Amino acid sequence: MDAHSVDDVRKSVKTYFVIFGALMALTIITVGVSYVHLAIAFAVVVALVVATIKGSLVAMYFMHLLHERKVIYWVLMLTVIFFVFLMFVPLLTNHDRIPGSVKGTLW
Amino acid sequence: MEIPYTVEVRPDTGLSNGKFGIWLFLASEVMLFAALFSSYILLRVGSVEWPHGYEELSVPMAFFNTVVLISSSVTMVMAWASLKMNDFGKFRLYLGLTILLSFVFLIVKYFEYSHHLHEGEGPWHNTYYAIYFTITGLHGLHIVGGIIVNTYLWGPGAKMWHTAKERFTNRIEIAGLYWHFADLVWIFLFPVLYLL
Repeated sequence: MDAHSVDDVRKSVKTYFVIFGALMALTIITVGVSYVHLAIAFAVVVALVVATIKGSLVAMYFMHLLHERKVIYWVLMLTVIFFVFLMFVPLLTNHDRIPGSVKGTLW
Repeated sequence: MEIPYTVEVRPDTGLSNGKFGIWLFLASEVMLFAALFSSYILLRVGSVEWPHGYEELSVPMAFFNTVVLISSSVTMVMAWASLKMNDFGKFRLYLGLTILLSFVFLIVKYFEYSHHLHEGEGPWHNTYYAIYFTITGLHGLHIVGGIIVNTYLWGPGAKMWHTAKERFTNRIEIAGLYWHFADLVWIFLFPVLYLL
């Protein structure tokens, strides 16, 4: 954002409030869906998809990622790779279980 | 001695040092919270029973806090935009609102925590409450950190505006990036802990 002129910022102000409205609407949708009590797998997908959209809006507009330098994209790309790896590590333990050792669990 | 690249950009990164630094810090923060989310997944899939968040915690209070944090992100970005538009008065107003909203968030969290502790549902109660208190506690500490930095920039730190406008504006942008990150973490915490 260093290169943004006063005019650019003035135009952005309106966008910030539009994004605020979108974030509020998505929050209401998330809470509304939770009252429907969907099957857990579907509920997880819906909740995470909505949260990802909201997070992307915050990152792109409030954190100005839409207009950032390449070096930041590279840093974040590396972070995302490690993040995804860390999220899926628990699932790998599923292949190392002793079946039936703990009743009712994946182990 | 003058600190280099506080306003002008480094030729190799195309960024001021402070901005590159905060993004590297935020990358490390992503991994810190990722480790805790990963622990949450491991604990949840390894449990015989796992309560639904909406049965254990107060969804209306968390919803209110979500609205508060998102609003504080808007006031934070508006504080930065006000400086860019050379309006110091509005900057003070918006950053002041951000600090106020941060306190509102912590007060609501205090009521939530004290209710659960009063009911004997502390981190020792079960695995669900252990991970709930760990993640929300760490997030709460980030909010406290943000309040300290923002209060400094609102109060004594704001003197810099009169001597080095651009440098001060960059400081607010950097503080804002941290604050938006705290908001972003909550955006994921809310459904994961309260709604699923």
